Amino acid sequence: MTRRLRMVRAQRMPIVNAMLAFVVLIVILQLWLLSATMNAYLGGDASTVVPAALGSLACLGLNAGLLWYLVGLD
Amino acid sequence: MIQSPRGVEGPRDLDRGTVPPDGRPLADQPKWRRDFPIDWAEDEYVSRRDLVKFIVLTSAALVVGQFWILFTSVFSRRLAPPIGEPIARVDELSIGGAKTFTYPGGSTPRLLVRTSATAFVAYDQQCTHLLCPVVPAFELGRLHCPCHNGWFDLETGRPLAGPPQRALPRVLVEVRDDTVYATGVEESAT
Repeated sequence: MTRRLRMVRAQRMPIVNAMLAFVVLIVILQLWLLSATMNAYLGGDASTVVPAALGSLACLGLNAGLLWYLVGLD
Repeated sequence: MIQSPRGVEGPRDLDRGTVPPDGRPLADQPKWRRDFPIDWAEDEYVSRRDLVKFIVLTSAALVVGQFWILFTSVFSRRLAPPIGEPIARVDELSIGGAKTFTYPGGSTPRLLVRTSATAFVAYDQQCTHLLCPVVPAFELGRLHCPCHNGWFDLETGRPLAGPPQRALPRVLVEVRDDTVYATGVEESAT
């Protein structure tokens, strides 16, 4: 008997939906970060610019990791 | 491949994806559907996965935006405004008098106020609430925004009352040879 490691679509679909939910949440966080940084910067406070850029980059890394996992499902 | 009660099945069979919309077997379907069967469940899976990819692309665009703010911030620090631009003569203003000017050239209107025989203060004239022009209320030691009754301290530019939450951007001034020079701009702080 041959065991197939690849998941069937019925198993993959909830994973894709969960990934979608995570990715959307992270993007909303990034959007908030961008608008808050822009607001602070235009108000003369540039101290948040560097941490916010690094935080946003970390969020992108997280998203890319989730996408990488998703691609690995196929 | 996997063993099932019906024998050996491929991944497509296991997924049971190719189901016509009306639920009837493929043999009962019209020829065009038999020739081009659409796997609806697979189609939904692929489109959902592509949506994730697109959102990750949006995430990358937001990072580009963040770094654009970062680069703007770094370059605006390096590009210092021109130094020592004459904006008024000392005898042009009496104590409590005010004058509008632009600094650097093409900026939004600024407001210069003489507060004593030797002291001048200057701020951006636009209220930090909704950009109405502020006017000096020298006898109160304040600047007044008449649009929504906002008040700023004349000495510091900080908001005192009303809707404004941020201080007015301050223009640095120096008096040399009976002339008032603008030498820089301090952005407002919360």
